[in-house]
Amino acid sequence: MTEFAGWLMPLRYASETAEHNAVRSAAGLFDLSHMGEIAVTGPGAGEALDYAVCGWPSALAPGRARYTMLCAPDGGVLDDLVIYRQGADRFMVVANAANTAVVLGELLDRCSGAQVHDETAATALVAIQGPNAAGILATVTDLDLPAMRYYAGAYGTVAGCPAWVARTGYTGEDGFEVFCAPEDSERVWMALTEAADGGAGGGDLGGAAGLVPAGLAARDTLRLEAGMPLYGNELGPDVTPYEAGLGRVVRLDKPADFVGRQALAARAAEGPRRVLTGLLARSRRVPRHGYAVLSQAGKQVGVVTSGAPSPTLGTPIAMAYVHTDATGPFGIDVRGKTEPADVTELPFYDRSKQG
Amino acid sequence: MSVPAELRYTEEHEWVAIDGDTASVGITEYAAQQLGDVVYVSLPAVGSAVTAGEPCGEVESTKSVSDLYCPVDGEVTEVNEELDGDPGLVNAEPYGAGWMFRVRVTVGTDGEAALPPGLLSAAEYEELTKSAG
Repeated sequence: MTEFAGWLMPLRYASETAEHNAVRSAAGLFDLSHMGEIAVTGPGAGEALDYAVCGWPSALAPGRARYTMLCAPDGGVLDDLVIYRQGADRFMVVANAANTAVVLGELLDRCSGAQVHDETAATALVAIQGPNAAGILATVTDLDLPAMRYYAGAYGTVAGCPAWVARTGYTGEDGFEVFCAPEDSERVWMALTEAADGGAGGGDLGGAAGLVPAGLAARDTLRLEAGMPLYGNELGPDVTPYEAGLGRVVRLDKPADFVGRQALAARAAEGPRRVLTGLLARSRRVPRHGYAVLSQAGKQVGVVTSGAPSPTLGTPIAMAYVHTDATGPFGIDVRGKTEPADVTELPFYDRSKQG
Repeated sequence: MSVPAELRYTEEHEWVAIDGDTASVGITEYAAQQLGDVVYVSLPAVGSAVTAGEPCGEVESTKSVSDLYCPVDGEVTEVNEELDGDPGLVNAEPYGAGWMFRVRVTVGTDGEAALPPGLLSAAEYEELTKSAG
């Protein structure tokens, strides 16, 4: 167990590598109740959010979701968010646990004409991720999962408990996130576990459908392989979405003004000076957060933001901010010794390209 | 948590088994559990001289990297080649197949291996891990 943003969370249940591999090949179950849920409601909610974030929430159809960011006036990232439109007049903003207080404060400030409520303590979140997730969840929900698109969600029941179920996640696999009342979360968790054991997905993977509980360590290597940024590593107040390769989330084409528009428009016009880069280590020594990226001449040209041994690729991988004028291959200063690394396109793992 | 009584330990969570003039070294089950899945172990070269209390290798896991400290003075005579292909042995059998390297140590006139001061008994090591939580 580990302390994480004021929550006591499992780093791993057993082997984080086995948990990682289960999500890639079968399914994993995550307790993500630490995530912040903030409801923005009322007839003016969409327009209020259009001003508050750099995306375009009012253009979302009810039942759809979008990845977006809350930016500071200077264009720096205060948090990355998923916003679900749960109804014409209701949005749920999901924030990182460590940033929930900041996001809540900013939304209260920025969302005039809408009601902003912190529902974090009243909301549990259980995620089921992996190729067998849909098959397992289908046996305990009344929702038509095959009809649910990626980045969509709907109200329904899971194990008889009312829930908002969305086809979203942070693993690079197909999967679902189940938002429910905290008092129902154990029942939801157990029902999914039993459904998997009962052979919903079939097969002979031990617990028939191969569902294993997965902790924070596996969550981190899964999102890293999928090239997804982590706030505090790839994202922060000193980083713009353009540097993170996420310029597409900044909707300069939306008519409304929004916090950070002027600064972000200027950043978009000038282009980033550093860019998030994927690195494949050619050594078994793992590049980790904060390590220097070196040119072939030995000059520092960047810094590693996240690095880990990749269970899927069998070699260490890293994301790093590297000056745009630098070209690979690079070296990484791994505790005083330079280890070679090749540049690779992000993501490291793309399930749609697997054979 | 297993702490075999016949072994000696360091405060950095290595274990040492003495057999004549040979000291076998690995990391404890407590250390292996704290690290999580071990993915790579860098070991000292056979023939190299090692010094008690000095780093002589690295243990990489998913979440972290730790220095491996040599518990004794001497010359490295053998390293566990199996760990190169299967570093998970450190987690699976920390006191058995997950051993890391062997060192030839000096034997005194009394026939006992000369060990540096400060090595812990099993009881002392167990106390250390309990106070660390």
